[in-house]
This record gives sequence, structure tokens and C-alpha cells, in this order.
Amino acid sequence: MVDFTLSDSDREILSGVAEEAKASEKYARHYDAHEDEILPKAFAEAAAFPSLLERMRRRPGDDTPSVIMQMLIKIEREAHNGVPLRQAPSALGNAALGAAGTPAQQKRWGHLMLAMSITEPGAGSDTKAIQTTAVLDGDEWVLNGDKIFVTNGVRCHGTIVWATVNKAAGRGGIKSFLVLKGTPGFELVRKEKKLGIRSSDTAAYAFRDCRIPRDHLIGGDERVPQSADEGSASYKGVLKTFNITRPTVAAGGIGKALGAFRYARDHLAKEGIAVDWDKGPHDRTATEQTLLELEADIEAATLTVLRAAWLAARGEPNNLEASVAKAKGGELCRSGPQRAMELLGAMSLSHDHPVEQFLRDGRITDIYEGTGQIQRLVIARAILGYSSAELS
Amino acid sequence: MISFDVTDEQSQIRDMLVAFANNELAPRARQADEACTVPADVLDQAWSLGLVQLAIPEAYGGSGAPRSALTGALMLEAMGSGCAGLGGTAVASSLFVNPLIDLGSEAQKLRELPKFCGSTRRVATLALHESSLAFDPSRIVTRAEPDRDGWRITGVKRLVPLGEEAEDMLVLARASGAPDIAGIKAFIVPPRAEGVTIARESATIGLTPMRFARVELAGVSLPHDAILGEGRGADIRPLLASLRIGGAALAVGLARALTDFAIPYARERVAFGEPIAKKQAIAFMLADMHIECDAMRWLVWKAAAAFDRGVDVSKMAVLAQNYVNRRAIRIADDGLQIFGGHGYIRDLPLEMWLRNARMLTIHSALAAA
Repeated sequence: MVDFTLSDSDREILSGVAEEAKASEKYARHYDAHEDEILPKAFAEAAAFPSLLERMRRRPGDDTPSVIMQMLIKIEREAHNGVPLRQAPSALGNAALGAAGTPAQQKRWGHLMLAMSITEPGAGSDTKAIQTTAVLDGDEWVLNGDKIFVTNGVRCHGTIVWATVNKAAGRGGIKSFLVLKGTPGFELVRKEKKLGIRSSDTAAYAFRDCRIPRDHLIGGDERVPQSADEGSASYKGVLKTFNITRPTVAAGGIGKALGAFRYARDHLAKEGIAVDWDKGPHDRTATEQTLLELEADIEAATLTVLRAAWLAARGEPNNLEASVAKAKGGELCRSGPQRAMELLGAMSLSHDHPVEQFLRDGRITDIYEGTGQIQRLVIARAILGYSSAELS
Repeated sequence: MISFDVTDEQSQIRDMLVAFANNELAPRARQADEACTVPADVLDQAWSLGLVQLAIPEAYGGSGAPRSALTGALMLEAMGSGCAGLGGTAVASSLFVNPLIDLGSEAQKLRELPKFCGSTRRVATLALHESSLAFDPSRIVTRAEPDRDGWRITGVKRLVPLGEEAEDMLVLARASGAPDIAGIKAFIVPPRAEGVTIARESATIGLTPMRFARVELAGVSLPHDAILGEGRGADIRPLLASLRIGGAALAVGLARALTDFAIPYARERVAFGEPIAKKQAIAFMLADMHIECDAMRWLVWKAAAAFDRGVDVSKMAVLAQNYVNRRAIRIADDGLQIFGGHGYIRDLPLEMWLRNARMLTIHSALAAA
């Protein structure tokens, strides 16, 4: 049966998540202003709250699928202008290791925090254009190239690096390698300075004749494809992880829009401005109409995320729906906080209020994990039956 | 528990209606639009599917399926994907029947509902709109005054679907001094009663098979229990929500059908040496159309599911309607743009879809989910 309600216990989980996020709000401005600082592994306040795992462990199996709950938790957490009280022990590279690594590799490195190094100064969305090379020399791979926009790149233990073993093979020639911090030739060049999400460390790396053992090739497939048609297990493995990560990223952007919306709604209510649901559009002010439309947009984007997660929970393909969710979340992370600021007026520009940070922190959602334009390419190819070569 | 899983019964109804919409409605859409009418055999065929009497309890002669706005939304989306004008006409009687099931008193249900359970089609409707520009339900000026024998109802209702054919009619009127929506009640008005004058509207931009009519009520005398519901009459908010969800569901069906029609065209139409679908300007429009068809549908489902739980659904229905109104008209407009000049010519359905979408996204009493 179609249902969009949560059980009492799940609602309790979400209010617990909200409490925890609220307790972290006092740190938000500090880490926004001190970008050079890295978040501690755990703040003292964390002790007062169960871990996410503990919260989820108590759930009965016949309730809302846990992957849907994870999306709702993400939205609720990001709807608060805070920082994580506990740092997640894993990062994007762990997801890639889980998707494409051999069982031995997963066992060996799964406990580490692994970042993901894909983007280069000259190659962003067009990943097949990456220039970083990997050459097998005896029992070692030799990596050369530059990587940027590496999330968690400062605090991680190591990173998975995309490099090409044969540029002529395009995407098929791209393989991924594990490089641990401290490996000679692997340099952390700088920590990036960003518009928002400043408590999240973003690194730039350089690899100069960086030699890693032969068995650090993720998945272990050493074949060198001669054309792009042959594909690459590690590339496809990463694409598979998008089916969950894209809705999750979308949920983050929706959360920022929701936080900005709630702030605007609650403060406007104090000024006597609120939507009367019985009144028609001609009896609403432009401000009330904007509040209404913003809330409708948040509902719509949220539902596309839940839909993608619901398909994933059932083990059904959700590649298309994951991109739909990401496109909606990406659009909302921009238009949501923007409209909330317009509703609140000039004082919303000030750091006295969190809305301007919701805008800056949320804005990344339409960029990383595939820009809104990339999502539309993915969606258009799917509905038109085109390959990436046919529609680029 | 969050789930997008429709029941087996809902899935069967949807499949049946999608087939009906594709096979029976879509091929007749253009002709019905031009003729401003629906062939009787199509309406009879639709009636035989049992959609209107589906949720009428067995006690009143109906099929006794659970009353569900979600099922209603699925049905209307399917109908809307074939032709919103024909589909809306085929289930117009639900505009009268569903509010009776939801809000009617026992005596009213016993009196009114069995009429719709026979094998012969019975047309009924609902009158919401009025002559003023910038109309809204909270601004209704048609008045129902209590008098010795019951009620006297006076006013002019406009854009009433199938007004001339209807044998039963609900009229929304202001029944007390209570402000805004609180003062509005629904009345069961026999269209042949003394003082009722019904005439076709000049014409409308779209949904022409719904043959909209002007209904003048000149001090029409009604019995005490003409007011829908028990005693002083039912709160009409759930009725308005059902109308909002119903119209939105039809619009989602139209938008989905239009998107599915535009995709193969964009693949076939060649300009500057390649299919226009290979140009991002077109491909991204199609992607956005697809994205919004999904988003609109889930919002309609969420409002419908809330309706079925019996909670106050006013807000959720307004959100769904607002979202669908903004997106569906955009999809219809972009769809026409993809076809260029061909979209503007009446050979293809694009211009009709734009006209119909304009009706669906502004007229808020076309279908009851």
C-alpha cells in the first residue's frame, strides 16, 4: 500500500537526530570562519547521543526500509546549521572499495578512511579525459598526475586514485589504485578554500613517480583494454555506487533548503506572516505564495529521493531515479536558500542568521557527485535510449 | 511505513485504464476536441468499467471497494494519459458521487447513490466556479439562505462540466455568515428544479468535450436536507482537497503522455544533420519533463494517501496542486516547443494538450479523486 507516514519509533529517531544536530549548531560558525581547522573525531557533546548505528539497530525489520530512513536522517541533519558531532570513519573511497575491490582488498583496507581522487585541474565531469597515468614497472605501478577537489583529502588515511593505463582506450583504460598517505611521491599540495562546507576538508594532491605495489590495483584486473568498448570494472563499480550516493547527496541539498525554509517560515510567523491554506492565491501576499511554493518544491524533491531509495531497498534498478533525485536536490539547494533569503530581507545577509550559510553550504549539491547538467545527460540518455557517445 | 507499492487491485485498475485510455480515448481525442462532444458509445463503454460506482458501498448497490483517493488518482492519471477531455467526461459523475460517499448523511447516500449503480450511464456534476475574475472558493458569492421550507439558493455558477447533461448536481454556496471557506457548504440541487437555468458557455480554451455550462440559480427552493452532510452541513475542505488531487492527477497523466510522445519525435526529427534529441537544448528539456512527471506524481500520491488516512489534507492537497499547476503547464508548453511549427498545427495533439493543460491547471473542479 502506498504510504508516506513514519512509525512512532522512526519519528523518534528523526527527532533524536534533530536534537543531536541542534546541539552542534554552536560550532557551525567557528568552523565556517576557521577553515584551516579539522573537525575533531568527536565533540564532547557526542557522548550524549547514540551513534547512528545504535539508533538504527533498534528498528524492526518490517518498518520503512533503512535506506529510506538514511535519506530522511540526512535531510534532517542538514536542515540544521551544524557540524557532525562525530566524524564518519569512512569516505567515498570506501564505497568504491566496497563496490569494486577484491574481498582480500576490502579486508585489508576497509578499516581505513579512504578518499576518492578523480577530478583533475583539466577534467571534472568528463572523467574519461583524466591525464593521470599508471604504468606497470616490475611489481610496482608508477603514478603521475594531479588531483583536486578530494573530499576528506586531508584527514583520510589514503585515497583511491583514478588513472589511465592507456589513454587511447578512453574510459576503458581508466583503473583505480589505492595509495596510502606517506607513500613517496604522493604529496598533499593544499587544502582548498571554498564558498561553503568549510568544515569538510577538500584537498589537492600531486603524484610524482609515486610507486605503489602491484596489488594496489583495485579489483586486480590488469588487462589493458585497447578500446573504450571493453569497459572497466572499477569505473563501472564507481558508477554503481552513484545509485545510493546521488540520492544521499540530493538529500543533503534538500536539508539545506529545508533549514533555510524553516528559518524563514518561523521568523515570518513571528511577524504575523503565514500561509492560510484555506485562502486562494488572490488572497495571499507574494511572500506567502513564495513560502507555499518553496514548501511544495521541498516536498517534491524529497519524494524523488525517497523514490530512488525505495527502489534501491527493493533491489530494483534505480540509475535513472537516482539522477532524477540528484537533479531535483541540486535545483533546490540553489533556489531554496535563495528564496528564503529574499523572504527574510537584508538581515538574512548577516552572519547573525544561519540562512546565508545554508545557501553557501547547500550550493555544492548541484556540483559534486555529478552536476545538474550531468544528471540531465544521464536522464536524457536513459529516456531517449542513447549511449554516452550518442548524446554528450 | 514509507512505501510506493500500489496494491494488486490498484495495479489491475491502473493497467486496465491505461489500456482503455490508449485504445479508446487517445484515438478519439482530436475528433472529440473539435466536435466538443464525446461519442455516446465511448462513455457507455467507460461506464461499463464501473469506475464511478467502484467505491459506492454495497449497501447502496455499489461495488464496495474501499473509498480511496489514491485509487482515484491512479485512475485519473491513466485517463488523463489517453485524453483528459474524454477521461474527465467519462468520470465526471464522480464529482457528485465521491463527495456523497465521503460527506453525505446516511439518508442522502440511500437516496442518491443507488442511482449510479445501474448499467445505464448517469451524468452528474459539481458547480464551483463563478463569474468573477480572480475567483477562488473562499470568495463564493452564491448564497443559500435558510427559509421556512429549507433553503433558497441564489447565484450564478460558471464553467460547470457537463452542466446541460447532468441529472444530479452539487452546488457550492455560502450558507452562513462564517468567513471564507468555513461559510461554504455543498448543496444537492436537482438541475431540473424550478428556478434553475442551464446554458452552454460560449466556449472554453480546452477540455471541450466537457461541455461547460453556466448554471443560474434564481431563488431555487431546496429541502432542509439538501445541504450535504448531517445537520448544518459537512465541512467542504475534504471535498476541495479531493478536487485538487483529482485535477492534478489528470494533469500528471497528460504530462506523462505528452513526454512519451515527444521522445520518439525528437529522435526522428532531423535538423542540421542530426536528430534534435542529440542537441542538449532539446535533450535537457525532455529530461526536465521526465523529472517533473515523476516529482508531480509522487506529490499527488502523497496527498492522496493522506486523504485516505482521513487526516486534514488541505495543506498537502494545496501543495500538490500548486506544484502540478506550475510544472504541468510548463511541460505542455515545452512539449509544443519541441515540435516547433508542427506543434502549432492542429494535426498533432500538442496544441490541444497545451489548451487542455491550461484548463487542468486553472479550473479546480474537473475531477474528484
